[in-house]
Order: sequence, then structure tokens, then C-alpha cells
Amino acid sequence: MDVPSKGTAGGAQRTAARPPARTDVTVSVNGAVERIKVDNRASLLDVLRERLGLTGAKKGCDHGQCGACTVLLDGRRVNACLILAVTVDQAEVVTVEGLTDGTRLHPLQAAFIERDAFQCGYCTPGQLCSAVGMLAEAAKGRASAVTADLADDAPVLDEAEIRERMSGNLCRCGAYPNIVAAIGEVAG
Amino acid sequence: MRFLRPHTWAEALGAKAEFPDALPLMGGTDVMVDVNFGRARPNALLDLTAIPELRTWAPDGDALRVGAGVTYARLVSELADRLPALAAASRTVGSPQIRNRGTAGGNLGSASPAGDAHPPLLAGGAEVELESVRGARRVAVEEFFAGPKRSVLEPDELIAGFRARPATGPQYFAKVGTRNAMVIAVCSFALALRPGEGVGTGIGSAGPTPLRAYAAEEFLAGELADRWEKRDALPGPVIGEFAELVAGAARPIDDVRGTADYRAHVLRVLARRTLTWAWADHCEGGAGCA
Ligand SMILES: Cc1cc2nc3c(=O)[nH]c(=O)nc-3n(C[C@H](O)[C@H](O)[C@H](O)COP(=O)(O)OP(=O)(O)OC[C@H]3O[C@@H](n4cnc5c(N)ncnc54)[C@H](O)[C@@H]3O)c2cc1C
Ligand code: FES
Ligand code: FES
Repeated sequence: MDVPSKGTAGGAQRTAARPPARTDVTVSVNGAVERIKVDNRASLLDVLRERLGLTGAKKGCDHGQCGACTVLLDGRRVNACLILAVTVDQAEVVTVEGLTDGTRLHPLQAAFIERDAFQCGYCTPGQLCSAVGMLAEAAKGRASAVTADLADDAPVLDEAEIRERMSGNLCRCGAYPNIVAAIGEVAG
Repeated sequence: MRFLRPHTWAEALGAKAEFPDALPLMGGTDVMVDVNFGRARPNALLDLTAIPELRTWAPDGDALRVGAGVTYARLVSELADRLPALAAASRTVGSPQIRNRGTAGGNLGSASPAGDAHPPLLAGGAEVELESVRGARRVAVEEFFAGPKRSVLEPDELIAGFRARPATGPQYFAKVGTRNAMVIAVCSFALALRPGEGVGTGIGSAGPTPLRAYAAEEFLAGELADRWEKRDALPGPVIGEFAELVAGAARPIDDVRGTADYRAHVLRVLARRTLTWAWADHCEGGAGCA
């Protein structure tokens, strides 16, 4: 069991009595392996933004309701604000910064621009990561709450399906019609 | 804050015995909200995400044993045929992101009267598996809840998983809320028909704990006893009486999400609807319903 032995919290006298407050974590972020010491209380979102300088993922609510912090953790979309950073040891994280291959935009990014799928853009990184995760789920034949035929292993991503499947991402600017259109274009 | 990350179930039980005040962490969708907002300041966190045993499910005798760490997303994609009401409820929890992390084990751990996994587990006659270094025990779901957000879990115990028999007949879950995603249910209801055997119910958000509607179950089982084979239409008064008994079993309160009267009304509607759907499925499964 990993019971971290070194601590750096508090003053010198308190350190001895207090349990360690930081833990070493090795995590792949957008393909690069990062070895960092993280505060045991820190969320993945805070570590991405404040320690690794990846400010794409946004903090809208800090409790799982807005989706602005959505990233891919081992390929699945999650709310980074609800992930304790110390728990991602040995995991793979992809943020909006990692969606391009360095030169070309991800097809979803291109479609968002083409379809004008944002106004202020605050929700956009989360929308994009969520949409990437959503398309992967649909490709595996996952049904949603609005899928009529649950046995269908290739659900058609019409507007109702996209809206339901993207319901974890809010947009204060109300750019939903264009977000749905952009995702629909890539879903084909 | 101490961070404990056991890699086996035995280590986890040992850690919980040594640090009984350590807060278990599964999907974190309840725990992290409390941590981020300073509502929980645990001295220690016991991360259960690295324990493979908690992530598995398997048939065990005539029941299914599901580990506490199986996510809602997996309950939907892997167990919809065997635990249909639980899968239906899972499909409505939070958002896709929440369902990729949140677990039925964590739902039980929080023991909220509004937890969406609870009505299907109650209707399905599930048992919760609790374990500590002192040993393992099984508790019927209806005995697991001790009050609002309280359960019979001892300080040194962890939830290993739950056991439920795979569905032998139609099961339904329905809930009412202000929108589809990310709302706490105003009221929810689950119904399980076990042809030839009986009926299970579960009520959510309408009392200090999730509840079973015992009188409604008994009444309906009696009415269905000689109808399972016949598969004929259920008389309106039978459906109506069932709905009344379900509403009567609830102990709702007025709160920001709805009044007690509204909740009783919603329960009547949900009971009537789920019974109508489930009975139609049962009739279709045989010679056809009049
Ligand atoms: C935006 C949002 C929307 C939500 N919507 C819904 C909804 O629609 N319906 C609903 O029911 N819930 C909802 N929830 C609440 C939450 O997602 C569920 O309660 C979920 O089931 C919790 O599971 P978890 O694995 O994330 O638990 P965690 O947060 O990891 O743990 C929850 C509790 O259980 C304890 N615990 C966890 N595992 C164990 C174990 N093995 N043994 C003992 N104790 C344990 C923890 O210490 C904690 O007290 C929502 C939450 C958010 C943030
Ligand atoms: S900041 Fe994570 S969901 Fe809102
Ligand atoms: S574009 Fe402004 S919040 Fe979505």
C-alpha cells in the first residue's frame, strides 16, 4: 500500500505530528509523462491549471454540474474538478490542448469553428473533450436515456441523442444549436 | 490529510480498521463536492479506486454479485438485461461524466434518500455486502438505511458490493425532476415483477430513507397470483389501489424540490405508469394482453 512517508505541510514543528500532505504522482498528460508532487486535497482540475499551466479546462462550478472542466481520463470523459489529483497516478489524461496533433485541428475543433459553436468560449474546451468522449461511447454502441432500441449497437446520433449525451455540459451563452450542429456534422 | 491507496481488498480493510475515520473514496462524485467546498475535512482519505475486486461483477449461485466500484456507465452497458431497473436508473444519474465515475457502491455509501440506485435495489430484493477485518455480513437493502444520509455501516466497515437476483420479469424505474440531467429527483419509483412469485417496489426521495411499499407489494402479489398465467388486462381499480398504497407508504416532506402533497401525487402517477408498462410487457411475453 502506498502510504506516503514524506510531508511538507505546515511549520517545521507540526510536520512531525501531521500526516503527509503531498504525494508523488506520475501521470501522462497529453502524451507527456509528468512527475509531480501534488497536494493530497487538490483536484485534477487545479493541478492541470495551476501546476501544469494547462488552462484549457475551465472551472465553472467546481462541483460537477457545468462540465467546463471535462477532460479524458484513460479515454473516458470525466469532470476534472471531481477527480482527486493523487488518484491519477499511472493514468493518462488528455485535455483540450492535446486534441490536435500539433498541426491540424481535431475534426470537432474544426467543426466548432466552422459552425460558430460558441460565443464567449468558456464552455468550449469542456464541450470539445466531452464530445470526443461521447463519440467514443456511441461508437461502442452505448445507449442513452433517449435511445429507443436499447439493443441497437449503432445508435443514430440525431439531435435528441446529441442533446441528451451532451447534457453534462452547460453553455451560459446558449450556443447549443450550433454546438449540436457541429457535433452532428462530425458524428456523420 | 493522509492519503491511503490500498491495492487489494485485504489492505483496504486493514487500513479502515487502522484509520476508522478515513473517508472512503470511490468515484468521488459525492466526496469531491464536499472536499472542494470545505464541507468535508477528513484527516484521511481511503482511495478505493485501485482495488480490482471492487470493479468486477459475476454470477454467484442464483444471484449476481456486483462490486461496489462498478460505475453507472457499466451498469448500463453490461447489466441492462439482468438488472433492468437499476440500469434504467443509472442512465438518469447526473450526466455522462458523472456516470463514468459514480458507482452504486458510492450511492449506498452516501445513503441519501434521493439516491437513484436505491429504489431499483429495493425493488429487486438486493442485499448489501459489508466487510471489515472482523468479518463479512449481508444486509437487506431496506435494513441498510438508518436515516437521512445514515446507514448501518460500522466505522471499520467497507461496502464490498451488493447481490441481487437477475430479473425474472419486467422491471421499471421512473423519476420526476425539473429537467432530465443533473437534478435531484423530486420523487422516484421502481417496480419489479417476478412472475409466479411476487412483486418488489422501491420509493426514492419521499421519506427519511428510501422505502419499500410493503402493503402495495402484498396487495399486488395477491391480485396477480392467478393472473400471471392468464396475462389478461389489469382492471383499473387494481392499478388505482396499487398506486394509492404506494403513495400511502411514503413519508414525504415539503422542501425546495416539492411539497409532500405533490410528492404523493407524483408517486401515484409513477406507480400507475410503471405497473401499466410492466404488466403490458408481461402480457406481450406470453399470449398477449387483452
Ligand atoms: C453533478 C452531480 C449530479 C448528480 N446526480 C445524481 C443523480 O441524478 N442521482 C443520484 O443518485 N446521485 C447523483 N449524484 C450524486 C453521486 O453521483 C452519487 O451518489 C454516486 O452514486 C456516488 O458514487 P461515487 O462512486 O462517486 O461515490 P463517492 O463520492 O466516492 O463516495 C460517496 C460516499 O460513499 C462512501 N463510500 C464510497 N465507496 C464506499 C465503500 N466501498 N465502502 C464504504 N463507503 C464508501 C464515501 O466515503 C462517501 O461517503 C450527483 C452528483 C453530482 C456531482
Ligand atoms: S467545474 Fe467541473 S463540472 Fe463545473
Ligand atoms: S460559449 Fe459562452 S458559455 Fe458556452
